[in-house]
Amino acid sequence: MLNLSEVLETNKMIDQEHLDVRTITMGISLLDCSTESVLQTCQNIYDKIVRYASNLVRTGEAISQEYGIPIVNKRISITPAAIVGASCCKTTHDFVKIARTLDRAAHDVGVNFIGGYSATVQKGMTRADELLIRSIPEAMKRTELVCSSVNVGSTKTGINMDAVRLMGDVVKETAEATKDSGSLGCAKLVVFCNAPDDNPFMAGAFHGVSEAEAIINVGVSGPGVVKHVLENLPEGTNFEVLCETIKKTAFKITRVGQLVAQEASRRLGVPFGIIDLSLAPTPAIGDSVADILQAIGLERTGAPGTTAALALLNDQVKKGGVMASSYVGGLSGAFIPVSEDQGMIDAVNAGALTIEKLEAMTCVCSVGLDMIAIPGDTPATTIAGIIADEAAIGMVNQKTTAVRVIPVIGKGVGEVVEFGGLLGHAPIMPVNPFACDTFVNRGGRIPAPIHSFKN
Amino acid sequence: MNRTVITVIGKDTVGIIAAVCSYLADNNVNILDITQTTIREYFNMMMIVDINNCNVPFSELRDGLTAVGNSLGLEIKCQKEEIFNQMHRI
Repeated sequence: MLNLSEVLETNKMIDQEHLDVRTITMGISLLDCSTESVLQTCQNIYDKIVRYASNLVRTGEAISQEYGIPIVNKRISITPAAIVGASCCKTTHDFVKIARTLDRAAHDVGVNFIGGYSATVQKGMTRADELLIRSIPEAMKRTELVCSSVNVGSTKTGINMDAVRLMGDVVKETAEATKDSGSLGCAKLVVFCNAPDDNPFMAGAFHGVSEAEAIINVGVSGPGVVKHVLENLPEGTNFEVLCETIKKTAFKITRVGQLVAQEASRRLGVPFGIIDLSLAPTPAIGDSVADILQAIGLERTGAPGTTAALALLNDQVKKGGVMASSYVGGLSGAFIPVSEDQGMIDAVNAGALTIEKLEAMTCVCSVGLDMIAIPGDTPATTIAGIIADEAAIGMVNQKTTAVRVIPVIGKGVGEVVEFGGLLGHAPIMPVNPFACDTFVNRGGRIPAPIHSFKN
Repeated sequence: MNRTVITVIGKDTVGIIAAVCSYLADNNVNILDITQTTIREYFNMMMIVDINNCNVPFSELRDGLTAVGNSLGLEIKCQKEEIFNQMHRI
């Protein structure tokens, strides 16, 4: 039988420590929507999304009310649009039509975002892949809820440097196309290495071709809960106790996600896919991964010791979470976005945290350089260089890495850009001013690393 | 059996249990267990109830309990039991 203290502990996590289920994401395969006509393909896409997801938001809200746990986002991920549109899209404008269809479907079913305006080009680009990538700036300008991602590298294939170079331009053009809203388009565009097929988190969610017809993936959260338990530990607690505490807390958080995922799957009649164990911060005070690192013992995130603290945090979250869920997948680790984490913003403003330190941190956590505002005049080649560095970290360490940087047009270092909502606000961070043009302009591929040859 | 946990938290006053219980009785909700403590005028109560034969939908019961709570200056929550079992039991 339950006891009062257990019930109060759960409710305290929800009420005071920001415990929530961050997202229920329904993955929908659109492979069967392809036709040779853009118009017909768009119609098929719209019909299928609405058919599968029309009850998603209502079901999420009902589960939220019955269990008393906030479910912040309901989202959809789809088969990478470059594949769906390959047989009918002959121009970038054709792909934008697909983007607008996705946006309309997302609005009509009431979800927060739809992800999968994507291309997976880690080894090479098809004609359709390249058209989709070149259409991204226009698609991000003309839509509100569509998220885009491009996978440019993997441990098995190496890094497609042609795609990396192209993405430098595309990020810049997307910033330009959406400059009236603080270059917001770039907040919905992420460049991956080793992108997972079942990620429920935006902007990088897509429904991989190895996935089933439809699937429910759930992303849990709860940095505030972890921070709170660590702050309540006696001063000078050793690493053994510290790690055990994080592990147990991660277990509890993940169990809630597992319950919500199973319940959503049952009610919607769609199979349960995975739980993503990520600690995802929000701009709310106290719901911060940076604050956890400070509770572990750093004066500010970015101080020496930050990478080690993040590594142990990430590992313990996984160890606790894995046992709590029947299937774990997606990104599963601590997120370190700057604009979505007040503690990270404070660390940047205090001069403690730089892009270079963030890059080091991405070696030991999911996912990468995330939601970082940089000066609007940063050259496209420099952005390509940043992408190449992150992709190399992912490729060599057999992990997912990503870049979601926002060159804010018209703003420079020291200024602030405001996105609102979950995307938060961000101080513009300085970028290394030395050029890498000759390197990123070479063309071709970086070969796969030696340890990828396991056969 | 459809087990639901009702928690009542707030400043202690006369008639809290009576008010909650009579609301539950009016809606045909069966009380299975009550645990209650008062620490420095602060009232904490947990009820485990069966809402299988409840007269009203879950959302209405929950809103009704919130209203009872508001009238007494208390916070009353109504949640399905599985969330607590999932978190605290293997």
